This record gives sequence, C-alpha cells and structure tokens, in this order.
Amino acid sequence: MDKQMTETLEAIYDKCLANEDNIITILQEIQSKIGYIQEETVNWFAERTSIPASKYYGVVTFYSQFHQNPRGKNIVTVCCGTVCHVKGAPRIIAKVREDLKLKDDQDTTRDMLFTLERVNCVGACSIAPVVLVNEKVLGKVTPSKIVKSLKEYKG
Amino acid sequence: MSGEIVVNVCMGTGGIAAGGDLVMEEFSKQFEAAGIQNATVKEKCRLHKVGCRGFCARDVLVDITVDGEVSTYQYIQPEMVSRLIQDHVIGAKPVKEWLVGDDYHTFHDNQTKIVLGDLGKIDPESIDEYLQVDGYKAAEKALTTMTPAQVIQTVKDSMLRGRGGGGFPTGIKWGFCAANKSDQYYIICNADEGDPGAFMDRSVVEGNPHAVIEGMIIGAYAIGASIGYVYIRAEYPLAVDRLHLALKAAKERGYLGEKLFGTDFNFKIKVKLGAGAFVCGEETALIASIEGERGMPRAKPPFPANKGLWGKPTIINNVETLANLPHILNKGAAWYASIGSEKSKGTKVIALTGKIRNTGLIEIPMGMPLKEIIFNIGGGIEGDKLFKAVQTGGPSGGCIPQQHIDLPVDYEGLASVGSMMGSGGMVVLDETDCMVNISKFFLEFTQSESCGKCVPCRIGTKRLLEILTRITEGDGKEGDIELLLELAEDVRDSSLCGLGMSAPNPVISTIKYFRHEYEAHIKNKKCPAKVCNKLLTFFIREDMCVGCGMCAKACPVNAIAGEKKLAHKIDNHLCIQCGSCFDACKFSAVLKE
Repeated sequence: MDKQMTETLEAIYDKCLANEDNIITILQEIQSKIGYIQEETVNWFAERTSIPASKYYGVVTFYSQFHQNPRGKNIVTVCCGTVCHVKGAPRIIAKVREDLKLKDDQDTTRDMLFTLERVNCVGACSIAPVVLVNEKVLGKVTPSKIVKSLKEYKG
Repeated sequence: MSGEIVVNVCMGTGGIAAGGDLVMEEFSKQFEAAGIQNATVKEKCRLHKVGCRGFCARDVLVDITVDGEVSTYQYIQPEMVSRLIQDHVIGAKPVKEWLVGDDYHTFHDNQTKIVLGDLGKIDPESIDEYLQVDGYKAAEKALTTMTPAQVIQTVKDSMLRGRGGGGFPTGIKWGFCAANKSDQYYIICNADEGDPGAFMDRSVVEGNPHAVIEGMIIGAYAIGASIGYVYIRAEYPLAVDRLHLALKAAKERGYLGEKLFGTDFNFKIKVKLGAGAFVCGEETALIASIEGERGMPRAKPPFPANKGLWGKPTIINNVETLANLPHILNKGAAWYASIGSEKSKGTKVIALTGKIRNTGLIEIPMGMPLKEIIFNIGGGIEGDKLFKAVQTGGPSGGCIPQQHIDLPVDYEGLASVGSMMGSGGMVVLDETDCMVNISKFFLEFTQSESCGKCVPCRIGTKRLLEILTRITEGDGKEGDIELLLELAEDVRDSSLCGLGMSAPNPVISTIKYFRHEYEAHIKNKKCPAKVCNKLLTFFIREDMCVGCGMCAKACPVNAIAGEKKLAHKIDNHLCIQCGSCFDACKFSAVLKE
C-alpha cells in the first residue's frame, strides 16, 4: 500500500474514531473516498481497529450499497420499482445490456466507461420508467430513447 | 405585504426530475434582468421553492400569486418562463392556456390534508417559514404545559396508529416504553422507505422536515429520550440534505440541544444513512443496522420498547406518524379522532401511481372507498384501458380486484381482502398487466431482500420464485397452484419477521382473485395480458409492414427475413420471443399473441 493511501485511511480512521462511528459508517467513508471496498483496505482497518476482517465482510456483503469492484465512469441506474416494472423497466435493462455489450454476469463495460445498476425505487413514479445516468434523472424512458441518451456519454 | 407577488416552484424529487431546478434558475435569472427595468418586480417579487404538492404527473407546477390571487400552471418548462413573467407577473394577466384544468381541483378538493397541509406552501429549507405556520408550537406546548404522561394520554386518545405498515397504536407503544426503568431511552425515526412504488416519507422529509423533527421532540419528551436517530435511505439524497439543513437550523434556534423551551429537557438528533437493505425497515433489523451490524431481525419479544438500541428501551416511529404529532398536540386528540373510520383514525398519505391519469401524492381520510381514490382523485385509468386491480402495501401487500372496488381504505378494510395498508403505496394496474408476472416481480424483490437468517423466508421465497418463473416461461405443471398456496402459507406462518410473513401475500392474493390467469399460463400456455414473452407468438402484419428492416436488425437470432420495402416475416422456429422486434417497429406492425 502506498503512502498516500495509508494517509487517506489514517484520516478516515481518525475521523470515525472521533465520531464514535461504527463499521457501516467506516465503510461508507471508505467508499466515498476511494470508490469501492478493496481487500487491502479492509485488512488495514481490521488490524487498526482490532475487529476481525470477517466482520467487515459480513457488513460489506449484506448491504447493497457497498461495492467490491471498481465501477465505471458513468453509472446507469435503472429504477425497478413496481411502476417502472409495469411500464417496461425489464425491456430497458435488456436494451442497455445489448447496447453496452454486457454479458450476463457483467455489470461494468470493459473500457470502464459504464456500470449498469438497478435500484428498487427512486420514488419518481409519476414519470416512470425512470433511468438515472449519474445524477441526471431521465423520465418516461423507452428502449430507443435510452440508447440515444447513452450516446453522449460514449467517448 | 400588499401587492406582493409570489412565485412558487415545485422542487421535490418529482419536480426536479421534470426540470424544476431549471425552471427555478430561469425565473431567478429573468427576475434579475427584469428587476433592473421594472420596479414592481424588483420590490415585490418573491421566488420561492416549495416541496411536493402531490400532483407529480403535471410537473413542473408553478404557482403565481398576485394580490392573494393564486394561479397554478402545469407542465412548465424553462422556455415558458419569460412569457409567464411578461404576461402575468408584469402584465397581471394569467396565461390561460397553461393553467391547470378542473381535474387539478378535483384531485385536491377530495383530499383531507394534515401531514401534507404545508407541503407545497412553505420552503422546506427555511425554518422561519415553518415557524410562520405555528411550527414548534406543539413541542413548546407539550414541554412547558404537559407532563410526559399527559402527552402519552393525548396520543392514546387520538387513536393514532403507526403509519409504517403495522398499524400499532402509537400512544400504547409509547406507554410500554415509558413504563421501563432505565438510565437511557431512545427514539428513532424510521425513514428507510424501501417499498417499491412508495415515496410518502421521502416527500414529507423533503417538503417539511421540521414537522418530523418536532414530532420527534414530542415523542422524546413523552418517553424521556435524550437522544434520537433518523434512519434514512441513502438513495434519497435531497431528503438527506434538507434534513441536515433543518437539524442545523433547529439547533441554532434552540429547538434541539440543551434546556429546550427553558425546561430541563435535553434532546439531540443524529442521522444514520441506510446502506441499502429493505429488511432494515423492520424494527429489530433497523436497530442492528444503527449498531453497525448486519441488518438482521431477531425474534420478538423482547420488543424494542423494552429492549431496543444497545439494550435500552427504544421507540421507533415512522416519518408520517411523527409528522402527525404536532397537529394532534395543537388541535387536540378529539379533533384527530373525529377524522377517519371507526378503528382507523386520521388520514393516510398515499403514493398513487401506475396506470392512472393523476399520479401523485395524496392524503385521504381513513375509510375512503377505493373507488373514490382511483376514479375521483386519480381521474381513472390512463388511456382507454380497463381497470384490473390495485396493488397496495408494496411487496408485503396484495392485489385488490374490481369486485372490491367499494372497499374502505383503512387498516381493517385492506386486511379483510388479504392485502394491507403497508406504508401507503398504491399501484393501479390495467388490463395489460399480467398478474402472474406481478406476483413474480414482488417475489423477486422479497427473495433478493431476504436477509437469509431464517429458513422459511430464505428458501421458501426462492422456491416460490422458481415455481412462478416456471409458470411464466410456459413450463407450469398441473398442481403448481396448489403447491404455491401450500408453500406460501408455510412461509407466512413460520418466518421470523414481517418480511417473510408478508412476502407470500402477493402470491396468495393474486391466486385468490386471478386464478384463471394462472390456469391460462399453466394449462393453455397462454398469457392473457400478453406480457410473458415466452408464451407469445410474434408475427408481422403484412399490410402494416413497410419493410424498413428495423426488426430484422434488432433480432438477435436472425429470425426475421424480407426484402427491403417489402413485408418481412418472422421464422417462429428460430424466434426466442425476446420482444426486440416489437420494440424496434415504429409502425406497430409486429404483433404478439
């Protein structure tokens, strides 16, 4: 682990110690600083806090918010709430997968440009089906519309 | 101030998604430009962002008030702003063709707004505006003129029941908690709204966060808690931001902190972000999550009211429950108990969505018939389709068919037909929705959200989902319906927490009311609503096809052939029923049967 990384982790540790934070908050901090949860970061924290690494992994794998792999530059989040479902979210996911050439077990494109994610509900049901590209909310999406929208993110 | 001109722009998540922030920006830019030349605009205009006022289908909604006369505009986009300013703000003539129609008024006039009363009127980021609508008066009244026991009694008398889904009487729960001897008590606000198709709590926190904080202060005083937590979904960034702003403002003004309202009562609130687990809406799982553990429920009793967060007596109340409290304290228990039906008092906030004209956030007195909600407030079914069912209570609820359309919407009414109130999501389904598919959708959800602790839920939901998947793919077998029912009842009766206990509800209720659809899938290998692709045959209508070739290009297995500009044909032996051609065709020439 390089020096800069150790400093980042040390800073997170100090901050969480001062706030009396728990494992979930520590992991949320790590993810917001580094982007995802690596094995070596978990091991570093396990040692620093004298809490077994298994305990960290228990939490990481339980909550859907935590990612163990690096994610793409652009995050395409398809809302899979009830309304989006009946208004065609499954067809949109299929189309995005086809467009980004993602295999069944793959969520991030090879060039690390896109990651496809699902969310249970963003609560914008009145403009369903909804897709978020990064922070941008797209409403009343159709398979052909989403392909067009994704074009502007492709280099 | 007389002659004041106020412009309200809807800036809830729905409003922003529809372009509310851009409209807001345009107004502020043009006001500034106009202000230099026009004294009226400069001195009398106030631009105002407000929370969700419910009618999300018409966003962006803009109110322009001139001399107390309110005009509401719908579908406003940035490019329309300059005309609104020229004609209405400066010229004092409303732009008639952009105004909302009668249905906007039917939508609102049939509602009873308590919790949503101030949403859409006050700026959620300003504590002063909350104070103007009697904000923090109820907390002051409770702390300075009432004993904790009196507060609990008032809430008991109001007959307020938990709005998170369970419907347990709030005052009684508080009483249980306060009866424990302990050195520390906690109050938690459950804002982990995870039901797909539900956005009530999000809208309340976004639109009136101080009401929730005030509710927490009242609850904390009643049970003697000095620390409170808000457990809120991280997927609601706007709500989290506004909550933080509100907490900061409340602390600065002395509504949170030490010696509140000059009494000896101290109270502070911490925010915990949920990390994305539906099961954390369950009380004991939520507590585990705040403690930093995996969010797994445990067996009850002991109930959190006796042994909760870090083993101390803890009260967990839902956002909407808490937001009701200031009103109950201000206007009295008898007033609250006079609204609603016999056993369910007060109002319920409902997220009305799906295949309905007026989607949005509504608040109705308990006991209002389903029919009125769907056809009066909701404006009926979208397009010229037929109503089929309404799904209430999210993944824990059930589907209610046409025959029960007169059902009163309250805790007992919904439970009597095998559904539940849940947190208040209501998704309307029309004739093009397949009930087996809906049932499978919810099982997919509960199965992936099952925490895995108890066997009936972990394995039972998996098996249920497998059977449903089989049925929708045309591999349903004779006896599958009976198997589903038997398994569903076992899962319901033997799971550890509410998630597992209610997970089979969508299956049981759809079989009860739409058994014929299951039978069509299993016996005839047909999907009557034409949703389950694997049971459909795709073909091209020759007279509609212009031979553009889009379908052939979209087909992943090259099952479509045809000369350019001539009608194409699908080879059904090669077709894998993916539906790509159906989506690709711009001339509606691809049919499925």
